[in-house]
Amino acid sequence: MSALLFYILAIGSVSCALLMILSKKAVNSAVALVGVMLCLAGLFAMQNAHLIAALQVLVYAGAIMVLVLFVIMLLNLREKGGLLTGRQPFIQVGAVVLLNGLLAPLVSDYVMAPTTGIALTDPATFGTVKGVGTMLFTEYLLPFEIASILLLAALVGAVVLTKNKKNSEG
Amino acid sequence: MASIPIPDINIGAIGPEITLCVIAMGILMAEVFSPSRKNRDLMGLVAFGGVVVAGLITMSFQGESFTTFSGTYIVDNFSTFFKLICLLATGLTILVSIRYCEEENIHEGEYYALLLFTTVGMLFMASGEDLMTIYMGLEVMSLSLYALAGYTKTRRESNEASLKYFILGGFSSAILLYGMALIYGASGTTKLAGVSEALMGGSVNTTLIAVGVVLTLVGFAFKVSAVPFHMWTPDVYQGAPVPITGFMSAGPKAAAFAAMFRLFAEAFAPLQNDWWLLLWILAAVTMTAGNLFALAQNNVKRMLAYSSIAHAGYILMGVAAANETGSSGALFYLLAYTFMNIAAFAIVGIVASKGEERVSFKDYTGLGYKYPLLGATLTVMIFSLAGIPPTAGFVGKFYIFMAVVEKGYIVLAIIGVLNAVISVFYYLKLTVYMYMRDERVETTKIVLQPSMIIALLLSLYGVLIIGLAPSAYMSFAKSAFLSF
Repeated sequence: MSALLFYILAIGSVSCALLMILSKKAVNSAVALVGVMLCLAGLFAMQNAHLIAALQVLVYAGAIMVLVLFVIMLLNLREKGGLLTGRQPFIQVGAVVLLNGLLAPLVSDYVMAPTTGIALTDPATFGTVKGVGTMLFTEYLLPFEIASILLLAALVGAVVLTKNKKNSEG
Repeated sequence: MASIPIPDINIGAIGPEITLCVIAMGILMAEVFSPSRKNRDLMGLVAFGGVVVAGLITMSFQGESFTTFSGTYIVDNFSTFFKLICLLATGLTILVSIRYCEEENIHEGEYYALLLFTTVGMLFMASGEDLMTIYMGLEVMSLSLYALAGYTKTRRESNEASLKYFILGGFSSAILLYGMALIYGASGTTKLAGVSEALMGGSVNTTLIAVGVVLTLVGFAFKVSAVPFHMWTPDVYQGAPVPITGFMSAGPKAAAFAAMFRLFAEAFAPLQNDWWLLLWILAAVTMTAGNLFALAQNNVKRMLAYSSIAHAGYILMGVAAANETGSSGALFYLLAYTFMNIAAFAIVGIVASKGEERVSFKDYTGLGYKYPLLGATLTVMIFSLAGIPPTAGFVGKFYIFMAVVEKGYIVLAIIGVLNAVISVFYYLKLTVYMYMRDERVETTKIVLQPSMIIALLLSLYGVLIIGLAPSAYMSFAKSAFLSF
């Protein structure tokens, strides 16, 4: 049962990802990306990572994709002949082949000798809100706090780059 | 209800980072509440004061060695050494920036705040004992740098630099993160010591680890601009404001090397027989390509950008050797490199004048006669970059070549020496323009602020004293290595 579910979700995410990079319209790509995110959320849920699954749906498939769609709408993108237009298929195929070449040994190794993976540190609380929260505030307290600096720096940087120079001259 | 264990928190250990964060936020607030821009230089001086305090706190940790925050943060001589290099780079950059901000009429508040945030990220990278800490530090550093690269919005190259750096930087961060995720997947821990233990145990999936190591290496190679991951470097270095270019070529590079060193020498140490060849090739290709491309440049900023790629190659030689002389040689080289590169870029900024228009070799014609002291300073920096005695650059190269020979990589040493010879050609081309060309070009009047003079004198002192009496600095670098 779970294997069946896994294959459905895996094939779903891969085909959505393909749809995303192959479709010509930006909106189609964005919607396909929502599909990828939802399938990934399902995969996370199957791995007992319920919090991550919920966050994936809420944050990525929900909030971020709405933003992306808004931006696409505001930019009013049209297809234009860019520098790479003619060569695009070659670049796409080349990148896919290269990446798969890199990952092939990884996959083949798994097919040849499937490993059981590593044991969870605490199976009872793994992936729950409590488990993730405890980890964030104990083991990974410092990286968690650095994230606050990261967000502040990103905010300041975004304001600096986008604010209108004329208005800001005091 | 089970109680949550309290992690060991040592606020004192992250004192330097906290100081810089507080100062940066204070500057941001000051910008909000005092919009009048009378005391323009004050913010720079406050930022500089913060860096000095952070440096003093860092120095007080010298000789200590402990981990804290559940083993995600480490304080040892190695981190102290790299933190001092990063703080030195930031301090010099702030002194250089005071003049630049005035000339280009840019907003100081956010500029210095972002510069300090970048430094915070670098310090966390130098002290990261956990993949998560290293990655978060790297992201804090990179995000602030993307904004700083595009700070002079009126210049088109600056916008281009920022966008290019952002897209390629985001891409490389993702590659690095993927590599780290694979390492975590294989070893079951993000702690560097834990990864090393798991590798020693031998029960890990070797393919996962191999792909993980390669991907992390690619990520770091991008950050230190090693060939073939250097494509962004010339454009970004050319477009970014000059003080930031000097900073990027010294501080963030040192921080990336610090994290890379710790990762390869500690976590991946059991695999040394497998990864040394990768680094060997990377070092050889990087210095050769960097030097050959630098030969063809007419723009001084671009020439220095390619030369910084070549220097990354020399430092990678030290990493590839991975012995005591190699590591301490690379540390030493980074220290010398910080002084000479920031000073060289500072003078490029002075000559470039408003709008950064005068940056080709031609604009340096007769500089040595018109401004003898400035010309002499630039000449010393150029000699040091080329590795001519009695400057710091020579001693640095000497130690690194020695380490490589010690390790038995004779071919790599020969490639390195040949490269040093090639580099002399384009470095001296600049001095030829400064002293041996007759035609006069009109120059704008150059006035130096006290802060700029202090920065140049400090760099001059650093380059010469390290070159003439390297033993004290070398023993510091050695102690930094031994604490591993």
